[in-house]
Amino acid sequence: MEVSRHWRLKQQRYALVGEVCPSCQHKIFPPRDICPDCGEEARTTYQFSGRGEVFSFTTVRNAPTGFEESAPYTVALIKLDEGPMLTAQLTDLGEKPVEIGMPVEMVTRRLRSDGDRGMLVYGYKFRPALKAA
Amino acid sequence: MRDVAIYGTGMLQVSEHWDLSIIDLAGRAALEALNDAGLERVDALLVTNMLAACHSTGQLNLGARVADWVGLHGVEAYKVEAACGSGGAGFRSAWLAVASGAIDLALVVGVEKMTETPGPEITAGLATAADADFEVPMGPSFVALNALIMRRYQHEYGWPHEAFAGFSINAHANGARNPLARLQDPITAEDYRKARMVSDPINLLDASPVGDGAAAIVLGPAERVFPGGRRPRVLVAGSAAATDSIAIHDRNAPLRLTAAEKSAAAAYAMAGAGPGDIDVFELHDAFSIMSALSLEACGFAEPGQGPRLGDDGSILPGGRIPVASFGGLKARGHPVGATGVYQLAEVTRQLWGEAGACQIDGARVGLAQNIGGSGATIVTHVLRQA
Amino acid sequence: MHSTPPPEVYVAGVGLTPVGEHWNVSLRELALEAIEAARADAVGLRPQALFAANMLAPVLSGQTHLGVLLADFAGLRGIEASSFEAAGASGGVALRQAYLAVRSGLIDVALVIGVEKVTDRVGPAVEAARSMAGDADHEAVQGLTPAAQAGLLMRRYLHESGAPEDALAGFAVNAHANGLTCEHAFMRRGITVEDYRQAPRQDDPLNLFDVAPLADGAAALLLTRREALPSGGRPGVRVAGSSVATAATALHDQADMLGLSAAEESARRARLQAGVDPDQISLFELHDAYAIFAPLALEAGGFAERGQGWRLAAGGQIGLTGPYPISTFGGSKARGEVGGATGVYQAAEVVLQLQGRAGKNQVAGASTGMAQCLGGAGATAATHIFVAE
Ligand SMILES: [Zn+2]
Repeated sequence: MEVSRHWRLKQQRYALVGEVCPSCQHKIFPPRDICPDCGEEARTTYQFSGRGEVFSFTTVRNAPTGFEESAPYTVALIKLDEGPMLTAQLTDLGEKPVEIGMPVEMVTRRLRSDGDRGMLVYGYKFRPALKAA
Repeated sequence: MRDVAIYGTGMLQVSEHWDLSIIDLAGRAALEALNDAGLERVDALLVTNMLAACHSTGQLNLGARVADWVGLHGVEAYKVEAACGSGGAGFRSAWLAVASGAIDLALVVGVEKMTETPGPEITAGLATAADADFEVPMGPSFVALNALIMRRYQHEYGWPHEAFAGFSINAHANGARNPLARLQDPITAEDYRKARMVSDPINLLDASPVGDGAAAIVLGPAERVFPGGRRPRVLVAGSAAATDSIAIHDRNAPLRLTAAEKSAAAAYAMAGAGPGDIDVFELHDAFSIMSALSLEACGFAEPGQGPRLGDDGSILPGGRIPVASFGGLKARGHPVGATGVYQLAEVTRQLWGEAGACQIDGARVGLAQNIGGSGATIVTHVLRQA
Repeated sequence: MHSTPPPEVYVAGVGLTPVGEHWNVSLRELALEAIEAARADAVGLRPQALFAANMLAPVLSGQTHLGVLLADFAGLRGIEASSFEAAGASGGVALRQAYLAVRSGLIDVALVIGVEKVTDRVGPAVEAARSMAGDADHEAVQGLTPAAQAGLLMRRYLHESGAPEDALAGFAVNAHANGLTCEHAFMRRGITVEDYRQAPRQDDPLNLFDVAPLADGAAALLLTRREALPSGGRPGVRVAGSSVATAATALHDQADMLGLSAAEESARRARLQAGVDPDQISLFELHDAYAIFAPLALEAGGFAERGQGWRLAAGGQIGLTGPYPISTFGGSKARGEVGGATGVYQAAEVVLQLQGRAGKNQVAGASTGMAQCLGGAGATAATHIFVAE
């Protein structure tokens, strides 16, 4: 149970708040203190739209500790409309087959739990875009 | 900086060693390497391991623990870790120590004990190689991270899944000749097609098996190994390490192993060698996609064309660039933190002409490349017969 | 490859973060703060290799592979990076490897970053994790914690040396006095011998002031060759001695546990390389995670006879103006115990002393300093000697 750790990440996990580099305008998510592109300090927050497309995806059948009850589940690399990529689960897939290039949008869902009495961790997942943005 | 040679090697079979603890495993490999080198003492012991630090019944301070166990009382000792790239990183640290002149004889021991931990815990342990804040909380297993790369690679370059079969078939065929391999059964293209899906598109025969294992190598100054001894002198001709971002989603080129490109280029330059000089290549085939990417990064194929080498026989013993000559991670097995040491011990035995049924005829220059995470840390070594 | 003499190794810059409970900062952010500070101190030297020191991130934060994580986060994507671990001696062994890399001639600028983040987890989980530094099969399985190991050593020490029950009070008093004026210290208040006597018992015979508080922290060093040192008024600091030695992990396996053989051996080798005697050492940053390790390290380091180390504290000789200053910024006791980052803090503190940058904690005329960190109960010891030029 690392309450402080999840608390620190709440802005990113719940609201997809990243950064924009003041020097090269590179959009950054997950946020970091130094722009990976130009090496300058990057601490200007930036609100991402939560829209993007599937860059790649796979299904996890042998789940790590804490994720067993959700298995099998689909994990994807999502290329956000603003440029950066992130790792996230896909949800609300219904019967729709996942494809590379599929438009998706962010929702907040439960990610994992630490046993019956442990903490629940919430955060972003992505679902097929309901309508073209 | 002085030249460094390999004095001795030791390897245990990668297996379920239910009767051996992590300390027993490391100790046996260490003693085998010391015996092989004809030595009783070294000046430094570097242990490479990934998972013993990950769970609270595990063991920290493995360096001191193993040193004491093998009777190297008082010796300089500690652990080097770079996830699945730990073995290569530890060998490089030992090489630097000897090359600096401050250490005369160094012993590097890679060890991993994986079979007595429940599956989900091992899966979670392996995931610690990825970004713990932004990859792991989303639940991708380590297989899944590699599957993300493989699917996109197939999508961009148009390779069908069967195009990767050659890597697994070669590895299993070579493993069947290696008594130390975890898997010793050859497989067919039909087996590959029918294998159970793990994380699509990665099936069971794309993925390497984990296991318990330990391998060890003794390094020392080259000038004290005289040509004309019982075996040819094998030198560390090139050594380099490089990194990319830890998370795949942060990479500028997720389908290229840029850290492999950088470290291979630097190791080649140091050795004064190029891809055309390499007689045998122990690559990090934790997943078949990594074989393709590693071959591309080291100059054996153009980007996107790696699977061709698996298909046209180039990677077989006797081919243009034999890989996984003892079975590779796929068949010899992948005891994660020890794997890099296995690779280097295997290349050494090839260059000594002591590879038994796995021998590549006339091997004089060998390449070993060890990968930590999904391409984040990559350590490349060129060994040469001199 | 030619046989030119190996390059001498110098410290080009140091960076320290305040030790504390940094709930609002993650492991990587904490490390970055120290790296940035060290790079600024070294006037922007760009490292070619990163040597990370850490003990508990794999078990407490689910993160191995710290080398590449920190290299990338610090804007150094692409450089060589690995992690080094020897429990509480991790910082010293990472420094040792960085030193060897520069000395080999292959690496021009090496970055050592020690970082530990413990306050995301609560007490029992942290104690279990720290117990992994003992023998997992024969000590940890018995519930033996690092504090309990220290308790065993302390009781035996008092028994063998015939020292009084409050013999170690002076170590806590000295550490707290130095911590009071140290800006990066976790505990910034003085204590008296009377406070020590009244302190609540912990794991008998340890009392509250025999135990260093565990907290978050990161420290960084840049090493390079003499030619690459940034120009500027301050004295160059050379790594004159570097050594790591080990002993049995389990206390019950150590032939002479009060002799702290790994500490003795590594200090002896480091002194030999540096060509100095104990009397020529201006200050000694030792690893007082538990007070008992202070007299043991003083004895093993040749500063006191066997069983007599406690007298240096009782006699006031370990203060900033005494003949054997120790824990000059508070040590683990007051600066705070930072696990695998300890050795890097100690080295940075010695450098600040040798360059006359220690402020109110300055040891006048400091020219040679020694840093020594311990992994487990004396199982690993890393000793470095630094000389001002
Ligand atoms: Zn930028």
